[in-house]
Amino acid sequence: MFTIFRKEIADHFNSTRFLILFCLVLCVALLTTYMVSMNLRSQLSGGAKAEYIFLMLFTTSGEFFSLTQFIAFFGPLIGVIMGFDAINRERNTGTLSKLLSQPVYRDAIVNAKFLAGLATISIMFVSLVLLLSGLGMVAIGVVPSGEEVARLIVYMLISVIYVGFWLGMAILFSVIFRSVGTAALASVALWIFVSFFIGFGYRFIADVIVPPDQDNPEVMVKNARIREGISRVSPVNLYSDATSTILDPYRRTTKSFVLLGPMDAIFMSRFQNALPLTQSLLVVAPYLITILAMTVVCFGISYLIFMKQEIRSI
Amino acid sequence: MTAVIETAELTKVYGGQTAVDHLTFEVRQGEIFGFLGPNGAGKTTTILMLLGLTEPTSGSARTLGFDPMRQPLKVKEQVGCMPENVGFYDDLTAHENLMYVARLNSVPDSQAKTRIDAALKKVKLAGEANKRVGAYSRGMRQRLAIAEVLIKNPKLIILDEPTLGLDPEGINSMLELIKVLSREEGISVLLCSHLLHQTQQVCDRVGILNEGKLVAKGTIKELAGEGIRAKEGKLSLEDIYMRYFQEE
Repeated sequence: MFTIFRKEIADHFNSTRFLILFCLVLCVALLTTYMVSMNLRSQLSGGAKAEYIFLMLFTTSGEFFSLTQFIAFFGPLIGVIMGFDAINRERNTGTLSKLLSQPVYRDAIVNAKFLAGLATISIMFVSLVLLLSGLGMVAIGVVPSGEEVARLIVYMLISVIYVGFWLGMAILFSVIFRSVGTAALASVALWIFVSFFIGFGYRFIADVIVPPDQDNPEVMVKNARIREGISRVSPVNLYSDATSTILDPYRRTTKSFVLLGPMDAIFMSRFQNALPLTQSLLVVAPYLITILAMTVVCFGISYLIFMKQEIRSI
Repeated sequence: MTAVIETAELTKVYGGQTAVDHLTFEVRQGEIFGFLGPNGAGKTTTILMLLGLTEPTSGSARTLGFDPMRQPLKVKEQVGCMPENVGFYDDLTAHENLMYVARLNSVPDSQAKTRIDAALKKVKLAGEANKRVGAYSRGMRQRLAIAEVLIKNPKLIILDEPTLGLDPEGINSMLELIKVLSREEGISVLLCSHLLHQTQQVCDRVGILNEGKLVAKGTIKELAGEGIRAKEGKLSLEDIYMRYFQEE
């Protein structure tokens, strides 16, 4: 299995696809960090140093969006691009039947591919966050505290699991669909559905199921519960809720997608004191476990299908 | 002589359709066995069952004395299989492709290099070892596939339509290569083909498969003797073959 793993990783890093993807993500990240740090400097200069300023690099928006939002929306694309042709390309070029006639177990192939994708994503994320942290340190002149570092590490972990979910999803499609194009399209369709339709449409769905009634608090609570329930179907929401709590310890709610400026972020709707990391983790745990479960289920299904698939006509 | 492949009443049913029907045959140590039949006769399915890639519906198979369903890795360690339409990683060189296969077979890197060089030399590709496989011609790819099979020092090789899509010269050199491997290295060969004329040149024994059933088995002479008068005294596998299919 290690041999396949090694080859897959080498393939990932050698591919033009990865290079383009990484450059794109890097450009956006650099730009956002630059804008955010300029923003932070101009708005917070003169005041006393607030806590957890360093993490704001990742959570406050520059001109358009914050870095976490960017990853929440476009992270899936990274996973999809790495996985959508994992199995079916080998099937189409005839290398799959060759691989299978070598002394390797069949599951080693899927496992190695998934792990190689995950490893590539991890390397990508770690290098990205390190790079941006370094840049941020220079730009805003604040050194992260130990807890901030710990929070960043947790953030990276969640991000990798999140993108891993999409990787698993893409591999699932690449097992199901013989054609590379169909698999890519299916993954992208699912991504758009989950991040845009559910992301923005859950309010409407909830309003249809339980029409909101301003005078009746019971109905309003019910409506809010349904909204929350639906939004949690979407890994995008799960992820952004989870990361916003981890990266912003003052946050009173897990809801994100509210574009907060740095000053608002400090003074509005927040806890008086920062939540300790362990408490943040506690808040986030259910989200994290749900994403993890989704990833495992997704990969599990593709594993099962691949194991049962007839080799015939490969 | 011991048998390297033995099947007994091997049957495979795909969704109500019988692909292989109570197939019983054996391939002996060191011989070239021609496995013939029209397209869709069940040749490829049989190969898959021999390698443990597909589970037989009933019956049993033994490859090199192992049960391919129970010990697929033992079988795949010693059997080189060249599937129909072999694929390579086009963006890697021939050497890199073979290196990957060597590693998959847990051949240590130091040994792999000498084995790869020897194998490439045998198939006359030593000069193109560092060329990307994407730039290979069809004939070169087929020969590379043979080299790939040789990397694991197999006791038995299974070739599925190895001459498909080759020009006459390519076919001859391919058949020559198969003969050499069998005679000089003592490798047993199961050669699947529907191209009878070619098979006739190299095979020691043949089995003719139609609609999943083995309709004939033996040396070409034996088959010719089974009540079939060859035209003008010349024994042609083609005649034998046609006779079997005209009877239906």
